[in-house]
Amino acid sequence: MIQSFDFSALSDYSDVVRHGVYITLLLITVGAALGLAVSILCVWARLFCPAWVRIAVTSYVEFVRNTPFLIQLFFIFFGLPQLGVSMSEMTAAIVAMAINLGAYGTEIVRAGVQATAKGQWEAATSLGMTRNQAFWRVVLMPALQKMWPTLSSQIVIVMMGSAVVSQIAVQDLTFAANFIQSRTFRAFEIYFVVTAIYIVLAALVRLALRLIGRWVLATGEVP
Amino acid sequence: MSLVKIEGLCKSFGGLEVLRDISLDVERGEVIALIGKSGSGKSTFLRCINGLEQMNSGTIHVDAEPVEADERKLQKLRLKVGMIFQQFNLFPHLTALDNTALALRVVKNMSAAEARAVGLARLEKVGLGHRADSRPHQLSGGQQQRVAIARALAMDPVVLLCDEVTSALDPELVEEVLQVIRRLAEEGMTVIMVTHEMSFARSVCSRVVFMHEGRLHEMGHPEEVFGNPKTPELRQFLGQTASAATAE
Amino acid sequence: MTDFTLQQIIYALVLGARWTVLLSLSAFILGGILGLVLMLGTISQRKWVKLPALGFIWLVQATPLLMQLFLIFFGPALFGKDVPAWMAACIALTLWSSAYLAEIWRGSVLAVQKGQTEAALSLAMLRGQALRYVVLPQAVRMALPPTAGFMVQIVKSTALASIVGFTELMKTGNILSNVTLDPFVVYGLVAIVYFCLCYPLSLVSRKMETVFDVTR
Repeated sequence: MIQSFDFSALSDYSDVVRHGVYITLLLITVGAALGLAVSILCVWARLFCPAWVRIAVTSYVEFVRNTPFLIQLFFIFFGLPQLGVSMSEMTAAIVAMAINLGAYGTEIVRAGVQATAKGQWEAATSLGMTRNQAFWRVVLMPALQKMWPTLSSQIVIVMMGSAVVSQIAVQDLTFAANFIQSRTFRAFEIYFVVTAIYIVLAALVRLALRLIGRWVLATGEVP
Repeated sequence: MSLVKIEGLCKSFGGLEVLRDISLDVERGEVIALIGKSGSGKSTFLRCINGLEQMNSGTIHVDAEPVEADERKLQKLRLKVGMIFQQFNLFPHLTALDNTALALRVVKNMSAAEARAVGLARLEKVGLGHRADSRPHQLSGGQQQRVAIARALAMDPVVLLCDEVTSALDPELVEEVLQVIRRLAEEGMTVIMVTHEMSFARSVCSRVVFMHEGRLHEMGHPEEVFGNPKTPELRQFLGQTASAATAE
Repeated sequence: MTDFTLQQIIYALVLGARWTVLLSLSAFILGGILGLVLMLGTISQRKWVKLPALGFIWLVQATPLLMQLFLIFFGPALFGKDVPAWMAACIALTLWSSAYLAEIWRGSVLAVQKGQTEAALSLAMLRGQALRYVVLPQAVRMALPPTAGFMVQIVKSTALASIVGFTELMKTGNILSNVTLDPFVVYGLVAIVYFCLCYPLSLVSRKMETVFDVTR
């Protein structure tokens, strides 16, 4: 027998959902900012650091890109405390997201830097800048601008992937869905609605990123 | 009845009228040059004749076969119409010979051996029998275009459409391609070509058609069109091409 | 705390990894078949074929795989049907892969120059023939590297099956971590096994990129 759909149960839990949305947005905001910082640092390290650092960076990128986010999360949250590195669920989730995005971001930013014309480097160094200064002041911004659409897509992918942080009891949107599901057993309706919320969130994040791209990067004068 | 019969052809892209009420009859064995500024509708006109562009109104018949939207009917028409493109459009994953043989096998259901024999004969006709096993990227531009001609000829078309076939070529490679077309014309092939090679149009073509703003603005025997242009637009166009030619 | 030797842990993980491989392969093969149909749908001239195909691809790419998995695993309960974990995982991963593969392949087909189709049509080929003999052979070469690259994504995504209780590599890791109370070693090893499955695929994908670039 087919039961009828019933979305009314959801309205009792709107606070839970709202909190979940807040946490998911918080995670992706902080995670993305840190992840981008990691990416830029790794690209810089690959250009200017001694060989052993470059090898370490490459290994990090390859290892993260070739293992599931879920195992990265569990390793950080459950595994690292054995080495004395304990963190809260939220911190673990943010660190995992930053590390994950950092690896993909490194490859993306690197592609942008490689696409920068050799002449840019030469022009900067002939003006008396060191190559290091040229990287920060001349090459980096255009590279970020150029790769911003790709970086934005990757950030949205990481946000979709962040649904699994509910597995270490971070109270994100998916956690909210599971929580309501376990109370009401209206699985179909709940996951349907939460999936729709994810679609809206992804659209919002994409919009925000586009605005950041326009205002911060495109008009971004060299500091 | 004329071999190619075009009546009242109109075509627009969005709101832009590209071809306005074009009518033209082409007899068997004629070689027609379409000239005019870029954007005057020459290429679109050519592409309507084999249905690559759909016309908005009007009728086109080639050897009594009508141009219609239906795919099977278009196929019957295209069996009679060969087309050669500015960018060659050879199939990069196939050898020169396979380029010529593919449609024979797929469309005409020839056996592999038969198709290869026909393809090779056409390659030899354009002087490239010895490059049968080369891939397109191993050939020069002129050679690629000659393979494209051989590929079109393999299907035994009754009329050949040439869309600026030498425009993408380095200057020193233009002549070898024109040579091939000149020989085809001498053998009686019906050709409609969009071209910027005015001296070729003058020496080979039986009729020159000047297109302007989507219309057949002026046409006639090459001596007439080039020697005694009647409309100011054609005079201006010929003046520009002449000065461009001397500038080169 | 139960004593497990390292060897026993690795052995158990490798046993679990068999299911990861099996799940990945079925998602790739079934997703590939469905993805091919979807891709053909998206390049169709008919709107009622094209729009649903594009819509499905968009929907899958715009939502978390975990939500799709939950919908398939928990959803049918509404109709009084139970879906076993392995089947839910297989269906979710198949649908998910099909959308991404369709998108990759669609990109490759569209990247084949328009002039190629026009040349084929001018030689009196039908649309389907032009697609089969001219466009697809070229598109396949372009699609191979990203397709191999996407297989890495599939293998990694199978880890989500552990969340609905399918005992593949990740879930085996969870169980072992609970009994050995040594999550550092167990999860470290799980990560290494995933890496061993994925890294060769990444290398193949990268290698193909350079190989197919040169032959062109």
